[in-house]
Amino acid sequence: MIEIKDLHKSYKMGSNSLHVLKGINFTAEEGELVAIMGSSGSGKSTLLNILGMLDGADSGEYNLDNVPIKDLNETKAAQYRNKFLGFIFQSFNLINYKSALENVALPLYYQKVNRKVRQEKALKYLEQVGLKDWATHLPSELSGGQKQRVAIARAMAAEPKVLLADEPTGALDSTTSYEVMDLIQKINDAGNTILVVTHEEDIAHMCKRIVHLKDGVIVEDKKIEQVRAAQYV
Amino acid sequence: MWLFDKDLWVEIFHTLGQNLFRTFLTMLGVIFAMIILVLLLGSSNGMSNGFNKVFAGTASNSLFVWGQSTSEPYKGFERGRRIRYKIEDAELIKKQIPEIEVLAPRIELGNYRGTTTVYRNGQTSGSAVYGDYPEIDNITKKRLVEGRFLNQTDIDDSKKVCVIGEETYKLLFEKGEKAIGQDIRINGVFFSVVGIFKPNNNINIDGENAVFIPFTTFQKAFNSGDRMGWMAIAVEPGTKVVVVEKEIKEILKKKYDIHPKDERAIGSFDMSEIFNNITAFTTVLKGFSFFVGIFTLLAGVIAISNILLITVKERTKEIGVRRALGATPKVVKRQIVVEAIVLTAFAGLIGFAIAVGFLAIADSLWGSGDEFPFVKPMVSVPQFIISFLLMVGLSVLIGLIPANRAIKVRPIEALREE
Repeated sequence: MIEIKDLHKSYKMGSNSLHVLKGINFTAEEGELVAIMGSSGSGKSTLLNILGMLDGADSGEYNLDNVPIKDLNETKAAQYRNKFLGFIFQSFNLINYKSALENVALPLYYQKVNRKVRQEKALKYLEQVGLKDWATHLPSELSGGQKQRVAIARAMAAEPKVLLADEPTGALDSTTSYEVMDLIQKINDAGNTILVVTHEEDIAHMCKRIVHLKDGVIVEDKKIEQVRAAQYV
Repeated sequence: MWLFDKDLWVEIFHTLGQNLFRTFLTMLGVIFAMIILVLLLGSSNGMSNGFNKVFAGTASNSLFVWGQSTSEPYKGFERGRRIRYKIEDAELIKKQIPEIEVLAPRIELGNYRGTTTVYRNGQTSGSAVYGDYPEIDNITKKRLVEGRFLNQTDIDDSKKVCVIGEETYKLLFEKGEKAIGQDIRINGVFFSVVGIFKPNNNINIDGENAVFIPFTTFQKAFNSGDRMGWMAIAVEPGTKVVVVEKEIKEILKKKYDIHPKDERAIGSFDMSEIFNNITAFTTVLKGFSFFVGIFTLLAGVIAISNILLITVKERTKEIGVRRALGATPKVVKRQIVVEAIVLTAFAGLIGFAIAVGFLAIADSLWGSGDEFPFVKPMVSVPQFIISFLLMVGLSVLIGLIPANRAIKVRPIEALREE
C-alpha cells in the first residue's frame, strides 16, 4: 500500500540546513496498523507530512497504492489527498461553525458528491463512530473524545486508502484516548490501513507494528502483539 | 454550475455573518463610495437636464444675423455706413446655401431694441414690435398661454393680427380680462390679438414685452417697403453653424459692397456656440463625476480587500484543514473572491438605493422650479450598469489579493498555526 525508498528531507534554517529525514525506507501493506514513534525532533511529523502530501520530499521515492507521488502541484496534491488519504489531527481541526454532519461531509463536498448523497454517507459514518444523535451539533457542543470521533468519521467519509493520524490522542485524557483507540482498532479490523504517529507507549502498543524513528532514520521496526483498547473502556 | 452551489453560499454568508459588525464597517466604505458616485452622476445629469430645459424651445443649430455699420471704407463708400438688408436677401441666401433649413426674416419697428407705444382703451405699454414670419417659431419656440401663433394665412392675407407677450398683456388688460379677439393700436393701426405667449425661461431673444405681427402686414401698416431688420436662421443637423455664418456674411458683403475684412458691418450671433460650451461643460462634469466616483469606489473596494486579508489570516488554519481534506487552490480562491464580490455588490446596492432616495428628494425639492437648472437628477440605466460592472470587476481584481494570500500558505504551515 505504502512504499517509501530512501526518502530525504531537509529544512533551511537561515544559512544552515537541517537534515530531518536521512534516508527512510518503509513499506506498509494493506490492512496494517502502524505506530510511528519517536521523540520530538526525530522527524516523525515530517514523515507524516510527506506521507500526507502536505509536504514534498527532497529525494527518494514514494508510492501510494502503486501511484508514484512525485512533483505534485497543489491542485493535484489536493485531489490525491482527497482520494487517497484521511487525516486525523491532534487538535481535531473541525470547522467550528459547521455541524458534526457537515464536517464529516466536507471531503465529499470536495469530491463533488451531490448534497443528498453526501449527507446520507456522512450520517452513515457518524453512526459508525456512535455519534448519529449528535449530527446537528456544533463542535463546541461536543466533548474532546466526541470531537475526535467526528474527525475520524470525517477522515473515513471519503473512503481513503490510508488513514493518517497525527497524535490522535494527544489532546485527550487516558479513558477517552482508549475509546478513540478502540475505534481506530475497529476501523483497522474492517481492513483499513492506518498510520498513527504517537509518542505514547501504551497507544503505540495498541497498534500491530511499531516503527521507531530517531534523528531522521528508522532505528527499529517490529511487529507486536496488539493490546486491545476495548478492555480499558 | 458552482455559482448555484448551496454550500458555497452557506459558507460565504456564514463567514460574512460571523462578524457582522466588522462586515458592516467594511461595507460602509463601498456604501459611501456608491452614494458619492451616484449623487455626483445624478447631479450632473440633473444639471444637464436642467440646461436642456432652459434651452428647450431654442434651436441649438441656429444663428441670428443683423446689420450694423461698416468700419472700413470700400469701393468709394465711406466708413460708418449703415447696412440695411432687403427682404430679397433672405431668398438670395436661402437659394445659395442649401444647408439652411429655416430662414425667418424679421423687421422691427423703430430702432434695434427700441420700443413703440401700444394703446388699448386708454392703457399703454412700451413694447417691441416685430414683423415676423411664422417660421420663427421653429427657431425660438413661443410658449403660448392662450390662442395661437402667427400662421401662413396671416402672411398671405396680411391680416391685422398680433401675438402679444404676457408682460404686454398685463400692461394693456385688466387681470383676468379676455384678450383674444380684442384690438390693440400701434402707430394708429388696429391689430386683433390672436395669442398670448409666455417668455422662455432664461433664453429670451425677444423680450417679454413684445408684439408680433405678420411680416407682410408690417410692411403695409408701417410702410417699411422691402426692408428687413434681421434674420433668424436654423441650419440642417450635422452642418456647422460657423461655416454657414461665414457663407452668409460673404454673400451679404458682396451684395452690399462691404470690405471683405470688415468685421463689424454684419452682426451675428451663433447660438450653437453657447450650446457647445454648455454641452462641453456638462460632459466634463459628468466625466469628472465618474472619475471621482470610481476612485472613491476603488478606495471602498480596497477596504474590503483589506478586511478579507485579515479574515484570511484568521482562517489560515481552517483553510489548511480544508486543503488537507482536498480543497484545491481554485476552490479556496473562488470562495474568497466570491466573498469580495458579494460584499461589494451588496454594499453597492445599498449605497445605490440610498443615493437614489436622495436624488428623488432633491428632484422633488428643486426639480420642477424654473430658477435653478436641476431637473430629474437621476442616473441612467447604462450608467448604473457600467458603474455596477466596474465595481464588481474591481472587487474581483482586488479579491484576488487575499485569495492568493490564502493559497500561498502551504497546508502544512496553515495546520501548524495555533
